[in-house]
Amino acid sequence: MRLTQGAFSFLPDLTDEEIRLQVDYGLERGWAWAIEYTDDPHPRNTYWEMWGTPMFDLRDGAGVLHALNECRKACGRGYIRLCAFDSTRGVESIRMAFIVNRPDEEPGFGLDRQEGEGRNMRYRLHGYAADRSPEERYRADP
Amino acid sequence: MSADQTILAARESSALTEGTIDLQALLRESDVQSVLDQLDRELIGLAPVKRRLREIAAFLLVSRARKQFGLEVSPPSLHMCFSGNPGTGKTTVATRMADILHRLGYVRKGHLVSVTRDDLVGQYIGHTAPKTKEILKRAMGGVLFIDEAYYLYRPENERDYGQEAIEILLQAMENHRDDFVVILAGYKDRMETFFRANAGMASRIAHHIEFPDYSEDELMQIAQLMLAQMNYRLDASGEQAMREYIERRVRRPNFANARSIRNALDRARLRQANRLFALPQAVDQVALSTLSAADLHASRVFQELDAVSHGETT
Repeated sequence: MRLTQGAFSFLPDLTDEEIRLQVDYGLERGWAWAIEYTDDPHPRNTYWEMWGTPMFDLRDGAGVLHALNECRKACGRGYIRLCAFDSTRGVESIRMAFIVNRPDEEPGFGLDRQEGEGRNMRYRLHGYAADRSPEERYRADP
Repeated sequence: MSADQTILAARESSALTEGTIDLQALLRESDVQSVLDQLDRELIGLAPVKRRLREIAAFLLVSRARKQFGLEVSPPSLHMCFSGNPGTGKTTVATRMADILHRLGYVRKGHLVSVTRDDLVGQYIGHTAPKTKEILKRAMGGVLFIDEAYYLYRPENERDYGQEAIEILLQAMENHRDDFVVILAGYKDRMETFFRANAGMASRIAHHIEFPDYSEDELMQIAQLMLAQMNYRLDASGEQAMREYIERRVRRPNFANARSIRNALDRARLRQANRLFALPQAVDQVALSTLSAADLHASRVFQELDAVSHGETT
């Protein structure tokens, strides 16, 4: 199941050159890029792991691409996204985010039914990624 | 020439006509001539430096022309070392260098990131690598200027983290050759020691540019240029005093070329302000912008010499 979160997620995966153009677009507007990764992209999992600190004062996309490639080397089996932080007063928030790396096989989500009191029906969304054993989830990449 | 290349070359510029490239047209297009001219105008002396800059500019234009014919395989390495005494214009030239390289299309953004040891080397284990990498990321697309680079290497302390910064730097200089240009700067003798101890660094730097000391005439021209930029001028007596001042200052210790001149002028401006305040009458524009001999003669350089001539020891 293809994960559709953030910008461009209904398009084919961006190439590195395209990613770089997007990064340059953000840098031109003075946004700071940050790299985040996770193995469980549950829609309510807002805070992904940070790869290093957000990169302030950059002028060129090559620096972000360099850091991204390091992150891919370390956690290429998970999801990686780029977030652009806009520090303008009154905004001070993420302006743009898009996925730049996906696992070869995306585990997807399952919908569980749970019977409550009085024939009530509750639904729960859970990522299959979270079903795997901790050894498998947190194993370091070869 | 393949069809792709033909289209590319045709789109690239009008300079290409039937398999020849007009280098002069390429030069005009790149607008680099105006930077070089500005360099000639604003920097006094430094003939070997300017010659080298022209060579590098010509080399980059030629390699761009070669690229249009598909002759150029990898971009030339342009890491540089500026060595010279204090105040000889290393930082100023580095800023211009970033501009030149940008106009020639060698670096994408053309900004200058100026750092010293403190910005690269951390204070505890594991602090250096992220710090250096952050600076490298910031410098990408531009020029990384490392002032007093020899401080990175401290042979007296074998656990110094400077070595780690050098290694990361070396790796980036090799792998990200087309992303940024590194310029190391420092005093000549200490840079030589630095390169002797870091052979890897020496072999990765293609261009060693030496900044010679200024002659007294050049220093006088520099003084006048600086004053003109600050909207001041020297009157006839002031000019004479400035010449004498330079003559004596050059021979004193801690002489830092153009920087000493700037400091001397700053102090002279202070004294001039004081002198104007002491005047009973109102001052006009000419008085406000004129430095005279009295402002310069009050300098310590003259006083100490006078003291010596009077036979005083202190």
